[in-house]
Amino acid sequence: MSTKLVQKLDRVVIRFAGDSGDGMQLTGDRFTSETALLGNDLSTLPNFPAEIRAPQGTLPGVSSFQLHFADHDVLTPGDAPDVLVAMNPAALRANIDDLPRGASIIVNTDEFTKRNLSKVGYAVSPLDDGSLDAWHVHPVAITSIAVEALSSFTDLTRKEKERAKNMFALGLLSWLYTRPTEGTESFLKSKFADRPDILEANLAALRAGYNYGETTEDFAVSYEVAPAVMREGTYRNVTGNVALSLGLVAAAHRAGLPLFLGSYPITPASDILHTLAGLKRYGVATMQAEDEIAGVGAALGASFGGALGVTTTSGPGLALKAETVGLAVSLELPLVICDIQRGGPSTGLPTKTEQADLLQALFGRNGESPVAVIAPSTPSDCFAIAVEAVRIATTYRTPVIVLSDGYLANGSEPWRLPRTAELPDIAVEFATEPNAVDAKGEPVFHPYLRDPETLARPWAVPGTPGLEHRVGGIEKADITGNISYDPDNHDHMTRLRQAKIDGIADTIEPLAVDDPSGEAEVLVLGWGSTYGPIAAAVRQARARGERVAQAHLRHLNPFPANTGDVLRGYQRVIVPEMNLGQLSLLLRAKYLVDIESHTSVRGLPFQASDLADVIAAAAASVSDASVKETAQ
Amino acid sequence: MTTDLGMPTHGDSSPLDSRDASSRNGTAGVPRLGDATALTKKDFTSDQEVRWCPGCGDYAILAAVQGFLPELGLKRENIVFVSGIGCSSRFPYYLDTYGMHSIHGRAPAIATGLAATREDLSVWVVTGDGDALSIGGNHLIHALRRNVNLKILLFNNEIYGLTKGQYSPTSHVGQVTKSTPLGSLDTPFNPVSLALGAEASFVARTMDSDRQHLTTVLRAAAEHRGSALVEIYQNCPIFNDGVFDVLKDRTEAAARILHLTDGEQVGAGDTVVVRDERGSLAVVPRAEADPTRIVVHDASAEDPSAAFALSRLDSPDLGHVPMGVFRNVTRPTYDDSLREQVASARTGEVTDADIDALLAGRDTWTVGA
Repeated sequence: MSTKLVQKLDRVVIRFAGDSGDGMQLTGDRFTSETALLGNDLSTLPNFPAEIRAPQGTLPGVSSFQLHFADHDVLTPGDAPDVLVAMNPAALRANIDDLPRGASIIVNTDEFTKRNLSKVGYAVSPLDDGSLDAWHVHPVAITSIAVEALSSFTDLTRKEKERAKNMFALGLLSWLYTRPTEGTESFLKSKFADRPDILEANLAALRAGYNYGETTEDFAVSYEVAPAVMREGTYRNVTGNVALSLGLVAAAHRAGLPLFLGSYPITPASDILHTLAGLKRYGVATMQAEDEIAGVGAALGASFGGALGVTTTSGPGLALKAETVGLAVSLELPLVICDIQRGGPSTGLPTKTEQADLLQALFGRNGESPVAVIAPSTPSDCFAIAVEAVRIATTYRTPVIVLSDGYLANGSEPWRLPRTAELPDIAVEFATEPNAVDAKGEPVFHPYLRDPETLARPWAVPGTPGLEHRVGGIEKADITGNISYDPDNHDHMTRLRQAKIDGIADTIEPLAVDDPSGEAEVLVLGWGSTYGPIAAAVRQARARGERVAQAHLRHLNPFPANTGDVLRGYQRVIVPEMNLGQLSLLLRAKYLVDIESHTSVRGLPFQASDLADVIAAAAASVSDASVKETAQ
Repeated sequence: MTTDLGMPTHGDSSPLDSRDASSRNGTAGVPRLGDATALTKKDFTSDQEVRWCPGCGDYAILAAVQGFLPELGLKRENIVFVSGIGCSSRFPYYLDTYGMHSIHGRAPAIATGLAATREDLSVWVVTGDGDALSIGGNHLIHALRRNVNLKILLFNNEIYGLTKGQYSPTSHVGQVTKSTPLGSLDTPFNPVSLALGAEASFVARTMDSDRQHLTTVLRAAAEHRGSALVEIYQNCPIFNDGVFDVLKDRTEAAARILHLTDGEQVGAGDTVVVRDERGSLAVVPRAEADPTRIVVHDASAEDPSAAFALSRLDSPDLGHVPMGVFRNVTRPTYDDSLREQVASARTGEVTDADIDALLAGRDTWTVGA
């Protein structure tokens, strides 16, 4: 038995799929953890329905988790799975179209009953009619073997035993890909610390799955994927939402401010609220507000009092918060608004990803109401972007909108841990003294007397003697902050607020272009979560000998100062977005450069291979054109 | 980081003495002035020109508040007024404290964030019937339910003033306004009943023109730890003039205003409030009242039924209007409890090493070296 073949692979894409209640997200999470600890690079894509428990065994109830791991750096969760674990006929039917011929399918045959088959429109079992001949099918009676393995657990009902089938599947896959299971064992021990019988049953099912792989003849080969070569350092696996939460805590610590989160539950942002609610030890206060408006209102109130006010939401919530964000623009107080974008409009696709809130973030308020807008490019980049959001918010006394999305929020990747002491120094200084004298020569405080460099106004928090002042949403006179309806003053203040936001460009990194050839005439420019698929596509194109440059925007308002120069340096600029061309619209308007917008709003990240085809077509037309020029 | 921001850092010392809400004054934790440095009304008067209409009831309320604040003995810089939108919401501009004139209806939410993070502030909300009960109704009821340590002054003039005369959620049925030329159709809120239904721990009613009563109620509200809702009947001379006039006429007032005083029978003139066989309250001539059924006021009663029943004695014609503190009970406040959760979770000053450990989490691996 131990003489089975072990084959080395450089990369594998696995998709776990089952019913919403089958525990596929947990199974995927645990397999990811085992894989991370083994040192592979990886990227994950959870994909689940908005319904908590859609009718059992139906197509709408299918939940899946895809994981791409490799012995080299991984940029996306993978276009197509090499292995599909299908826990029922619905999972098979929902995913088979994504599976390239020759891929493996591990199916739980116990669920292939007449009833379950008919629920998803199979007249005959696909396991019997030859329709799966193009794939390697491994039929495994996962449920019944798991139940049988737990026969000694006489106190557990059959239902409880059946629930351990995901651990059996995890054990089997762990054997198949030579993953260590110790991490999962200790995870189960802490999760079921007060249910020893359930704990033992899960451990037994996990081991039974592992042993099944080792003993059954159906699996003749197991696989190894060697650790990836990664930069020296200490790593952990992290999702975007956790990284964002940790970034906010670390940034508040560096800024020397107490962190206050006002938030209302909304998918896919709620995990940030959950995470921060568990971090009170670090001085974090969280409030689950009565609605989105109260969430941002409480955060702004906290900022007025000298805390770091943060609110988290998704697109519909950002719409509700708009008026309060406008107030923050007028009050010129720090405020961080995290929009974890999802498919829209309206309720849209709550659990699916999209990038269609860019224009809402920039312009979705009344009046001239500029705010800083930034976006992370990978799950772990959510940490750095949170720190950047706090830097901008506190330095410029402005609202900052962070545009993450469902793909980054729930997807994960290895994260090289930064050292807290090496994070940017963003210590905040409050105003403590009057900053002017009145006509009689008496010291006075002018709440809208700006820092000449940043144009930020002083942050004078209640409790500071001598600086008592009033702020509000009515237009204020320059310098004094008193109510003013003067036409020239309003014109001046409107331009000042815009100039302050524009000035942020002075302190951000220029847009970097990656072009190893130095001769590319095609630039692919992205923003936000499309980084991975774009980078993978660019890599594929270069492997085919095409010259292509890549750049990625993390700052959407203002853009880096050199953005126009970069755009004008290429014959063709392709901008892929998961919307109908919002960044393209902005770039064309601002820089008068023709942009080729490539868009998709399927609720899923781009496929790298699709983008590679777009790049290839552009590169080909550029070389055709240069051939013609030469011929002339 | 050890930067001293001059901010309270909760949890670095032993838990606050004040955890026992029953022993805490509404201004506990707010820095007080030394005895020698008492402030005056003038200290609370800002340099801004007051721009309400001549004869507006807001002037009287402003004067009463400016006159009352010195009595608290608090440092002026530790007092904050937050308002929404409406005529009343201009209030913060005229007080020389910290202040925020925010957006329509949102003041309770904004003030909640401020109060939750700053125990050392005395936070007041100024709002109106449209601001608090219409566009901001949700924030009001949730602030009251949470029992955030806020003093909410609700100026009720039963009309929209700033938008020039539309009916409000407290306008009576049939009221003819610019937006209801044939009379309004909707049943009004009774702000006191609403607040009691929202689990408010302190609810009172007073009137702009009765400075002494207003000051007494403000004092009780300030002392109360938790949300205090104070409804202030306020006259709008432009769009709803004289709506409370019968309560301002000495003779009429004596017959109509049911003064709520703890330990005393509730009544007005020669009438008293009695509880009938079914538990309902009724106003009857004193001479006819069964002495065992006369209601004796107790604002501190845990059960809000009596306070609610009193609030239902209102009638659109202002025939009987209870005035005073309906309810004043002690229960934990949201802001104190939130600070306590944070304080008890903390184990000392957060260091860079603590954050490093937090970032690392439980499962890490090391590459190279």
